[in-house]
Amino acid sequence: MKTPALSVAVLVARRDLRLAFRKPSQLLQPLLFFLIVATLFPLTLTPELSRLRDAAPGVLWVGALLSSLLALEFLFREDAQDGTLEQFALSGQSLTWMLFAKTCTHWLLTGVPLALAAPLAAGALGVPTAAMPGLIAALLLGSFAMSLTGAISAGLTLGARRGGVLLSLLSLPLAVPILVFGADATQRAIAGDDFAAPMYLLGAIAVLGITLAPLAAAAAVRIGLE
Amino acid sequence: MLNVQGLHLWRGDRHVLRNVSFSVEPGRCALLTGRNGAGKTTLLRAIAGLLEPEEGAVTWRGAPARATRDAFHAETVYLGHEPPLKGDLTGRENLGFSVGIRRAVTAAEIDAALTRTGAREFADRQVRTLSAGQRRRIALAGVLLAEATLWLLDEPTTNLDADGQQLVAELAADHLAKQGLIVAAVHHSLPLPADRVVGIELAA
Amino acid sequence: MNWVWFHRFGSPPWVYGFARRWAPWIGAAAAIAMGIALYGGLVLAPPDYQQKDAFRIVYVHAPSAMLSLAIYSTMAVAAAVGLIWRMKVAHAAAAACAPIGAWFTVATLGTGMLWGKPMWGTYWAWDPRLTSELVLLFLYLGYMGLRAAIEDPVKADKASALLAIVGIVNVPIIKYSVNWWNSLHQPATRLIGEADMGKGMVWPLLLMFLAFTLYFAAVFLVRLRAELLRRERTASWIREALT
Repeated sequence: MKTPALSVAVLVARRDLRLAFRKPSQLLQPLLFFLIVATLFPLTLTPELSRLRDAAPGVLWVGALLSSLLALEFLFREDAQDGTLEQFALSGQSLTWMLFAKTCTHWLLTGVPLALAAPLAAGALGVPTAAMPGLIAALLLGSFAMSLTGAISAGLTLGARRGGVLLSLLSLPLAVPILVFGADATQRAIAGDDFAAPMYLLGAIAVLGITLAPLAAAAAVRIGLE
Repeated sequence: MLNVQGLHLWRGDRHVLRNVSFSVEPGRCALLTGRNGAGKTTLLRAIAGLLEPEEGAVTWRGAPARATRDAFHAETVYLGHEPPLKGDLTGRENLGFSVGIRRAVTAAEIDAALTRTGAREFADRQVRTLSAGQRRRIALAGVLLAEATLWLLDEPTTNLDADGQQLVAELAADHLAKQGLIVAAVHHSLPLPADRVVGIELAA
Repeated sequence: MNWVWFHRFGSPPWVYGFARRWAPWIGAAAAIAMGIALYGGLVLAPPDYQQKDAFRIVYVHAPSAMLSLAIYSTMAVAAAVGLIWRMKVAHAAAAACAPIGAWFTVATLGTGMLWGKPMWGTYWAWDPRLTSELVLLFLYLGYMGLRAAIEDPVKADKASALLAIVGIVNVPIIKYSVNWWNSLHQPATRLIGEADMGKGMVWPLLLMFLAFTLYFAAVFLVRLRAELLRRERTASWIREALT
């Protein structure tokens, strides 16, 4: 009897979680990268917290984007290299669904820690404590959207030479809306204003991503496996 | 049951598959032979649905394999050059996943398959610590566990010692006896009963 | 519906012949239209009340902007056709569009910057439309970069087709987000691309739109021929076509 879809998703998630915990350095690197980037900005701008606070939304979100680009390398590349991604495509199960499960697990391992660690960087940039919950919420939603759209670019660059750099170039235009709304939400949170509007828009992008991105990623992976 | 008709496939400028046609019935094995670069792997991948041919069609149970892709894949198992195993997982964990996503499988079944392919003793070590031959034995256990009707095997005896090659022949013969189908790319022929084998020679 | 013409467009030799015959005529028509339009816009039209003669750059800027977006859409449609109906010519068409579209985007940005100097006193001021054009340029470059990075031509066609489709879905979202971003920070300054058009100013602009489109068509057909030659170089009809 064919394995039901939910079990397939659980199996995929369990496998990826197991693999991640056996090589934890892969997870820590993007996170460390984010924190380092956040440190570089004060060094290059100013130590004044009040001025850093103005730049904080931009620094945090660009840092999050760069970190997620690094992390995207781990989404498909290894599986493509050792042939296990092929097994996904040949399993008779929906590749779209399996890749969605994979992307969600990837987000749990990279986006969520980043969002939770962001207050560290944000505090160092002069962001008030009251703004932290809003920051975390925006980064959770934004990093999820970035993982979804990143899965498309990751799938497309599977067959490409020097895919890593190309991955960044492809992901940037797709990430612009996420950056704009995410940074706006953070800015409003810092100012103490209501940040519901940009959050709804982030949410809308995430929903669009959930419905379309795994489909596109599956198509991209099948092309990449040829 | 498996029908390949008029298959043409280009890789870049190279016309790799030229008008390949053959069919395989239950209990039969098609052995693909030919020199390196003749297109054996390409043909297997085209049948598996990983490559799209420019012309021609692959039909399974009378329907185009492309159109019924998921159903076709549910009945097919493909074993390529490199056994698809995650290095950081144990053999057992690998099989639990790769078979588990196809069908519900019990630990006892996995055990039995590993015993059959002589892989039980190293099944709980991480795959990256295993030799190439050991990995292949685990992969072969996976082929058994898939309970697929059609086996697509790309040089299944690679890296195996004499015992291992014997094993592959036995597994193949058992599968054919149960009315299964095999398409295998080989360099040297597999010792199978001659009346069950169709030889396909691919020219480079 | 007559499907014959659709199938004709799928045949490389037929399309090659079509392109060879029509490109010179369309090019000539483009040149004529452009000549008339430029005369109308640069000489006949009166100077703008506020911007004086600086507004005249709209005759190059606006058509470039329109085309940069229209070409991307064309590219995405051609790519989708190639992907769905597996037509080689469609993929060749998409590949031929990309560099032209990218150059129009550069032209839009360049003329925008030239217009910016008299308008705002600076070459670049993060105007929302120009910013969207910049992101569009990245989309084009990404498309061309992906094509270049994949060795197998069939794979390159398919992957870049998928990218073009994903891109076109994103373009409205990107535009919306850039407008949102702009409205947050800048009060409504005069946007690039705005000129209060009096009667004598409009017809040259419309004619320029036509002229640029014809120009694109002519260049596209030439590029398409080159693409087809390159892709079909081992085919038998090439020898006949080149004599």
